[in-house]
Amino acid sequence: MLESFFFFTVAAIAIISGILVVTCKNPINSALSLVVTFFCLAIFYVMLDAPFLAAVQIMVYAGAIMVLIIFVIMLLNIQAETGRRTVHALVTGCIIAFLILCESAWLLTGGTIAKSRGPMDQALILKVGHTELIGMAMFGDFLLPFEITSLLLLTAIIGAVVLAKKKV
Amino acid sequence: MLALNYYLIVAAILFAIGTVGVLTRRNAIVIFMSIELMLNAVNLTFVAFSRYLGNIDGQIFVFFVMTVAACEAAVGLALMIAFHKNRESIDVEHLNLMKW
Repeated sequence: MLESFFFFTVAAIAIISGILVVTCKNPINSALSLVVTFFCLAIFYVMLDAPFLAAVQIMVYAGAIMVLIIFVIMLLNIQAETGRRTVHALVTGCIIAFLILCESAWLLTGGTIAKSRGPMDQALILKVGHTELIGMAMFGDFLLPFEITSLLLLTAIIGAVVLAKKKV
Repeated sequence: MLALNYYLIVAAILFAIGTVGVLTRRNAIVIFMSIELMLNAVNLTFVAFSRYLGNIDGQIFVFFVMTVAACEAAVGLALMIAFHKNRESIDVEHLNLMKW
């Protein structure tokens, strides 16, 4: 009872701040609303027994990525959007998004969950620890994707440095 | 524990909100933030399914999604700075060089 009340409160905050992200005229307000949404998602991760992911969510998303975005907004000195938003684009966008909402809700809730359950349950998470479980999976089964990720990060660093040079 | 469907519905709603942002806004940085919102909705779906199926693989995928989002932030924001240097604006309406 208490858990569902808490869930609905956090879900309401997440959805309202998500709506603010796309409706605010000033990009800074959008960015701050997005930080609130990230914190709500971190709370969801804690409720889903994934505390390490919640910490990473706050550090990487609410910390690193949002600081970068806000820094660029301030660096470019972007003003609030000035009017002239075409109505037909707004209506078409809302209709398409509504169709996507219906489709994803139907697909996500319509099916039945597979019977084969894995070994991870709350007792195991409490006994071994979430961080250790993540580490065992990441440096065991997922070692090759993990190494490929480092190449991706290296490419992104080089790309960002080249693009932000004096002349493009 | 709450039913899985609650988390999935919240994720679907957040994804739809992100879609509205991508399709209706003209400021490139707000479009970028909407994409981040959509990626987070997908992450929530991954974690919820991972918890309810008892399989940790979904949570590893969340890490990879976060890595790609960080790379996207670095490269995308560098592109926006370069675009702003050339056009003095980050309105996507001004990205019309290849428009027919």
